[in-house]
Amino acid sequence: MTTDHITAELDINDNEQLRYIAAQAVDARVNVELETEGMTLNIGPQHPATHGTLRIVAKLDGEQVIKAEPIMGYMHRGYEKLTEVRTYPQVTTLVNRIDWVGSFANEVPFILAAEDLMEVEAPPRAQWIRTALFEMGRIANIMLFLGDMAVQLGGVTAVFYAFRDREFVLNQIESVTGGRFHPNFNRIGGIKDDLPAGWIAETKSVMQKVRDFCDEMEDLVVGNEIFQLRCRGVGVIPAEVGKAYGLSGANLRASGVDWDLRRDGDSRLAWKDLDWKVWTHPDGDSFARYWVRLQETREATYMVEQILDGLPTGPIMAKVPRIIKVPAGESYVQTENPLGVMGYYVISKGELTPFRVKIRTASFSNMSIAPWLLEGVYVPDIATILASLYFILGDIDR
Amino acid sequence: MGLVDSGKMPKSLTKLLNISRKYSLWVYQWGLACCALEMGAAFGSPRYDVMRLGVIPFPASPRQADLVVISGTVTDKMVPAILRLYEQMPDPKYVISMGSCANCGGPYWDSYSVTKGIDQVIPVDVYVPGCPPRPEALLEGIVLLQEMIHNEDPAERWKGDPIVVGGGEIS
Repeated sequence: MTTDHITAELDINDNEQLRYIAAQAVDARVNVELETEGMTLNIGPQHPATHGTLRIVAKLDGEQVIKAEPIMGYMHRGYEKLTEVRTYPQVTTLVNRIDWVGSFANEVPFILAAEDLMEVEAPPRAQWIRTALFEMGRIANIMLFLGDMAVQLGGVTAVFYAFRDREFVLNQIESVTGGRFHPNFNRIGGIKDDLPAGWIAETKSVMQKVRDFCDEMEDLVVGNEIFQLRCRGVGVIPAEVGKAYGLSGANLRASGVDWDLRRDGDSRLAWKDLDWKVWTHPDGDSFARYWVRLQETREATYMVEQILDGLPTGPIMAKVPRIIKVPAGESYVQTENPLGVMGYYVISKGELTPFRVKIRTASFSNMSIAPWLLEGVYVPDIATILASLYFILGDIDR
Repeated sequence: MGLVDSGKMPKSLTKLLNISRKYSLWVYQWGLACCALEMGAAFGSPRYDVMRLGVIPFPASPRQADLVVISGTVTDKMVPAILRLYEQMPDPKYVISMGSCANCGGPYWDSYSVTKGIDQVIPVDVYVPGCPPRPEALLEGIVLLQEMIHNEDPAERWKGDPIVVGGGEIS
């Protein structure tokens, strides 16, 4: 009886084993015939589709991304350490080069933080000129994005228009500050120089050119069926997820969040006195991000014109000592930069140099959502999503 | 290339080769930082239009390139990639170092993570100073490089001093 029981048990086991082996064989055949093996695709560290030196390691299953991991640090220049050995006026030279496309905007929050600590305030004319140049930096920055995103989707034409019209804006910035890219124009307590003669009229005509460029992009890129097919519904960021990842700027506004530090922050610059609108889009996809930036560029041209019309008269520098020693204290100032919220946390111990500067840059947060966003997308959409997130590598790595 | 190496190439043939080489430079754009935009303006924008100099700025890979423009801040993490790219390029190959960062470290001269000069790693033919240099400066650098290629003896490569933009007149 016991032996019978055992053989019966063995039979069952054999049957199970045979079934198991058969199933394995079927699986193996399916694996060989149908399934693809996983593949690791390394993009970068230098690739036109990554705006610089970002490296992305994507694990693929066929055409689909299983996991994408951005590897940063190829552009890390040690800003936060370098600011500790530079005097306050020298720091602006350095921080110009964080977001190199819209440089003027980088120095403003740092100067405001230093002014906070020194308890000086720039005169109104200086604040208005700062705002005008800030917005022109935004225009120069986003114009590049408008052309560049089309390039990454295969439409090379747009970037030539972008470079052509961007030169006009850069010329205007250059004729005031002396630098095409890196103005280094802000001083603690004001700005370096007043506007040159004839600049206001010239700038107004340039702003008209920028608006024409925006119309052109609206026809050429936004109205393009292929562009819409590749962008609509690709890389959707729900508002809650965006907030949780710390997105800011146009990336967040494209998800329908009506938040702009120019309007909602406590900035001393001239935005509060202007009549303008915060653009949002409910979709949250790549197309929405492009569209919001396009509208922002156009809005910025109107803002510059309003500033030039209402420019107050008066001095451009407050009274500050020749050798700048900032009193001990802490200050944090953030502004709405072209890429998003940028902030400087400055700690001073009353010396010539800052004790510690923490730089909060927009691109780092905007980039941190990439692994979440790239999961499950197809390979061509990687370029779309990364282009639409719009980051500058210097802004990520610092 | 035994003829070239032995230095027995006829002068007229060398001249013909040099003229052909200098007007068909394929440039690989190694854009790293701020200078990458000025390089983009020089290569991509209608105002500066580099193709009139016989320079083609869009090769698909370094294996097709004659010239690489290293433009921007080179960090220690980036150097192995640059070295690998340089080794992938076929001979004869030329390097333009654009901007203060690639020349000598620039404003990051005391940074812990920046390579102070790409010439520590790969040989540089033309240095273009500036932070960032204007697109015109890069174009002048390319013209100087073309002058160099024109007068070059292929057997004598890598001898003599590198050219610096603004350091002398174009002959």
